[in-house]
Amino acid sequence: MNPIFQGLITIAIGVGGIFLYFIASNAFLDKVLFPAKGPNTSRNINRANTIRPWLFMAPTIIALSLYLVYPVIGSFYRSLFNRSGADFIGFTNYTTMFASSEFRTAFFNNVLWALVVPSVSTFLGLLIAQLTDKLRWGNIAKSLIFMPMAISFVGASLIWKFVYAIDPELGVINALRVNLFGAAPLDVLQVAFWNNIFLMVILIWVQTGFAMVILSAALRGIPEETIEAAIIDGANPFQVFFKIQVPQVTNTIIVVFTTTTILVLKVFDIVYAMTGGNFNTQILPSYMMQFMFRDDGRATAVAIVIMLIVTPVMVQNIRQARAEMR
Amino acid sequence: MAGVTLNDVIKKYGETQVIHGIDLEIEDGEFCVFVGPSGCGKSTLLRMVAGLEETTEGRIDIGDRDVTRLDPSDRGVAMVFQTYALYPHMTVKENMGFGLRMNKHPKAEINEKVAEASRILKLDDYLDRKPSALSGGQRQRVSIGRAIVRGPDVFLFDEPLSNLDAELRVEMRVEIARLHKEIGATMIYVTHDQVEAMTLADKIVVLRLGKIEQFGAPMDLYRDPDNKFVAGFIGSPAMNFMSGTVRDGVVSIPAIKQDVPSTLATAYTGKPVIAGLRPEHLSIDLQGDALTVDMVESLGGVSYAYLTSAEGDRIVVEERGDKRVSMGDTVGLTIDPSRMFLFDAKTEARIRD
Repeated sequence: MNPIFQGLITIAIGVGGIFLYFIASNAFLDKVLFPAKGPNTSRNINRANTIRPWLFMAPTIIALSLYLVYPVIGSFYRSLFNRSGADFIGFTNYTTMFASSEFRTAFFNNVLWALVVPSVSTFLGLLIAQLTDKLRWGNIAKSLIFMPMAISFVGASLIWKFVYAIDPELGVINALRVNLFGAAPLDVLQVAFWNNIFLMVILIWVQTGFAMVILSAALRGIPEETIEAAIIDGANPFQVFFKIQVPQVTNTIIVVFTTTTILVLKVFDIVYAMTGGNFNTQILPSYMMQFMFRDDGRATAVAIVIMLIVTPVMVQNIRQARAEMR
Repeated sequence: MAGVTLNDVIKKYGETQVIHGIDLEIEDGEFCVFVGPSGCGKSTLLRMVAGLEETTEGRIDIGDRDVTRLDPSDRGVAMVFQTYALYPHMTVKENMGFGLRMNKHPKAEINEKVAEASRILKLDDYLDRKPSALSGGQRQRVSIGRAIVRGPDVFLFDEPLSNLDAELRVEMRVEIARLHKEIGATMIYVTHDQVEAMTLADKIVVLRLGKIEQFGAPMDLYRDPDNKFVAGFIGSPAMNFMSGTVRDGVVSIPAIKQDVPSTLATAYTGKPVIAGLRPEHLSIDLQGDALTVDMVESLGGVSYAYLTSAEGDRIVVEERGDKRVSMGDTVGLTIDPSRMFLFDAKTEARIRD
């Protein structure tokens, strides 16, 4: 069958099925289960209205349990088994993992990523949002800075591979080293510790546009009069920015920061494509990838650790976003 | 303390000129109100005094200093905004002390001045609250407090009462008047509400399309307007305007089927003029038949009768006393000729002796 035709049929069945489900389940509730007639009319209406929200939420709840809750439990269960999945070995996967120095490097690096990338990209985003706000070519600048958002992490890594390339004919950094300072070319991705930072730069480059767009909207939402009042009150431009504008967008800053943190804890593509986790650049997601399909027990153990780290950030993010909506 | 002098002040946005050469002297301690319809440039003019808008040409002096090119914070002004413009993340106390903090005043002095302002404005119970926990009236009081704390030479108010409900507006109006008496500083106040202008001002400046139409004491503007615009703007309900023709010694006004004796406009004999009569200077003649009562608004002490002539002219009359008209009555008007204003039909300038 033609794949387009197939796709259309799938959509029709999916959307139509949901329609049918809502109509049929509501009809069942109102006509059969609690009909709005007879001796208990008002009680029936109240009961039907208590149940109705659950009818609407049911498909989502089922889908989420099937594709989110079950995998979490399933992964945890799997992490208690050995390489082949045949023998139950308790927490052995976890104990060997915590004992391995590679895991500790990955963990330490990941903490570094989670601290540096969100801070730098949020700060740069805020700065750029403010600096481009009053410029005539500000929108062009913003579009350019936002553009990397559209590139996949692997694509971005490829671009930066050129920047970091050891050949001074290709790599900007080595071109500068060789031509300006007369030094020998160097593989920057092998420079211990700093290579982590070089990898983070890629994610910052991608992610700053996101921070900038959200914060730019938030900054524009600040009442102009509060800024004018501060100017009359004698605040200089720095004080206006840090004491009047930034405090008024704190909530948005937190949302951007935590959203980026969650993203950071998921990214493995950059490390995977740039260094493959060598030269002490391993982070947890790419460490997990090493074991995937080879030793699912250990891979799922890493996944559970990542989830435990992400959860508090996630909770904070949702709380903040909710407070924002109020 | 200082007065404010505007000298041929002009504001242009690119090619569009919005303020056309304003000359104005505001004396030290005077309460000056800029009033006019929206788009007349009153807020722009105020913001130019504040330094929030650049002055394209001309000169602004505060006291004996030329402040035309000075930063807002160096002009010795404080501003109260229509939207209060409180800093939402600071408490009332921090809001009021912000200006002094920015200018590195000692803490003890800031506390003292904030306490003083909060006493004047009765804000003592709210000092540690955030603006979001305050009502509109309280917020505007904090905003005024923030201005007082800075101890400015000139207070600038940009429609400070427009966001408040009617009752609070009256209350705050009285409070601002009291404040002016207590502090005695020069105040410039922008409003489109002529009641605020009449009740607060020592001097009213009526603006239209970026030009001063007339300025003076409120009652002077009321009694002796220079042109039809000012006559119509000052006084509530607004003055009634009817077209008429001058003939020997009388102005004949077809709308009310009357010839009103007037010696003012002999030069205009045979020409059209506009007659202006305030609702409070007209009374209803129950014997007459020129007008029909459209509607009566009874406010208790007074009522306003809305009359229409056969030609469709609308006239408002203020009535007091017991015998008042009701809807649908046919009535005439009694006019006191000495209370009648005449305006040139073309230039709308007042015709005087």
